Amino acid sequence: MSTTEALVKELVEKNGRTRNSLMPVLQGIVQQEHFLSEEALICVAKELDLSAADVYGTASFYTFLDTVPRGKNIIRVCKTITCHMKGKDEVIKAISNALKIKVGETTHDNKFTLLSANCLGWCHKGPVMLINDEVFPELTPQKALEIVEEYAKK
Amino acid sequence: MENNLKKVDIIFEDSDKCAPLKVLEKTLKRTADDIILDLIDSGLKGRGGAGFPTGLKWKFTRNETSDVKYVICNADEGEPGTFKDREILDRVPEKIFTGMAICGYVVGAKEGYIYLRGEYNFLLKGLLKKLSDFNAALKKLNVDFQIYFKSGSGAYVCGEESALFESMEGKRGEPRNKPPYPTVAGYNSKPTVINNVETLVYTTMICHMGPEKFKALGTSDSRGSKVFSVSGDTPIPGIYELELGMPLHDFVNEFGDGDTKAVQVGGASGHCVPRKKFNDTIIGFEGIPTGGSMMIFNSSRSMYNVLHDYLEFFAEESCGQCTPCRVGCQQLLKGIEAVKRGERPPAYLDDLKKLTGTMKIAAKCGLGQSVGNPFNSIIDNFREEIIY
Ligand SMILES: Cc1cc2nc3c(=O)[nH]c(=O)nc-3n(C[C@H](O)[C@H](O)[C@H](O)COP(=O)(O)O)c2cc1C
Ligand code: SF4
Ligand code: FES
Repeated sequence: MSTTEALVKELVEKNGRTRNSLMPVLQGIVQQEHFLSEEALICVAKELDLSAADVYGTASFYTFLDTVPRGKNIIRVCKTITCHMKGKDEVIKAISNALKIKVGETTHDNKFTLLSANCLGWCHKGPVMLINDEVFPELTPQKALEIVEEYAKK
Repeated sequence: MENNLKKVDIIFEDSDKCAPLKVLEKTLKRTADDIILDLIDSGLKGRGGAGFPTGLKWKFTRNETSDVKYVICNADEGEPGTFKDREILDRVPEKIFTGMAICGYVVGAKEGYIYLRGEYNFLLKGLLKKLSDFNAALKKLNVDFQIYFKSGSGAYVCGEESALFESMEGKRGEPRNKPPYPTVAGYNSKPTVINNVETLVYTTMICHMGPEKFKALGTSDSRGSKVFSVSGDTPIPGIYELELGMPLHDFVNEFGDGDTKAVQVGGASGHCVPRKKFNDTIIGFEGIPTGGSMMIFNSSRSMYNVLHDYLEFFAEESCGQCTPCRVGCQQLLKGIEAVKRGERPPAYLDDLKKLTGTMKIAAKCGLGQSVGNPFNSIIDNFREEIIY
């Protein structure tokens, strides 16, 4: 059994073998593997007795359920209006230059993916970014770089 | 300067007297009908945007016959400019749980769910701990009600109640046709109460302090207070609980930077109010309602950029299920870009306004229906900024 298969079985065991468990199962896979591979999607379909197209169709609806390979750390910089006004462009530019990737891309070593996101619920402390599940408000380009460096060391 | 703004401390009030479990114990000794009467009497309307009277929502669900019913807390908070639910979840979660448990008792539900947006996953660990203590306390009190968390995965439209049910059922978050309404057929097609985070805390506090004190605040159409998320060009951004029914003028005096040009009331899907209308705009259900988002823009801001950001947001977040919204959002965005570049005449903006009229009638859910709010209010008040 591959690690993905084992993970899916474990998640299905924990959340239950019903359609209502689909989201927590998919979220659990993304937590471990950072995205949903074809193997993972097919495996979920089999375990929950759904068609693979149905599982893919559901997954592809959600921004956080990526179906293309992502780096170990996913950076999401808020691009909505207040963060826009407070300088998200400079933050994105700084990270983009440091990691040598554009928004939407992943570094060669697979450590980082840089994405933009819609309002993250910290507008009074923008600009703000999420790295995986962790939140970093009140950013400056300098601060953002230091945080990314910390993650690079991990 | 004369200012009628009244700051209030109900939601975050933290004292032994309003200890959530004590409020729960006290309330469960009353009859469900009494609790509903108090809620109706208080005048509390939903704080998630649509403003439906909360007491009636609970009453309708109570009146449905079904072995299984649900209580759901909408913690999907995705409206740009809103961040008050995150703060409530972080600071007074037990007041939310209590509101849900009281609701379960009133309507006859045994299960409650909190649908938390994926962007707030960092809150989950702390919340789960507090929830498990609360669930244990419920068992100890012999209350047949348990609460669970469900996580979202980054989709604004899942805040729409029927899309939220779809998502909880493991499907694409596509809004359903209404009727049937959630009170009749919600999660798993069972009668469901779905309330915003803040609404649920007010139900707890009304049970604690009685409807009189709540209804003494606000106006006849907008009873009580509300938590506002203030952002943009303000020296004091943050979260403030204020009495409803204030003139926008007073709000700007308190929060503006002295150079306020416009306020977007109600987030991307709300209305843009220009300075000349501050005096006669009331914040409340009789004027411009808001889920709490107040974005302040000063004279250095381009309203074209503001509108462009909003339209980009809607074009991305439209679930794509119905044509008026899927195509409409894209055409509005492309349309203002074309006018800006001079590829279309200024009068094209009037065609686009007609398109928002069509969307209002023909779109399936509140997302597509309300794109006209920001669009028309910005075009009407800042037309020259869009064109030149
Ligand atoms: C596109 C869209 C997004 C919404 N997002 C939210 C949300 O994030 N939180 C919320 O409480 N209500 C949201 N609503 C409103 C809900 O559909 C629903 O009216 C509300 O949860 C009811 O609770 P209330 O009566 O306590 O306000 C949204 C509606 C639409 C159309
Ligand atoms: S109005 Fe937009 S978001 Fe709502 S159902 Fe139609 S396409 Fe989806
Ligand atoms: S606009 Fe960036 S967090 Fe809200």
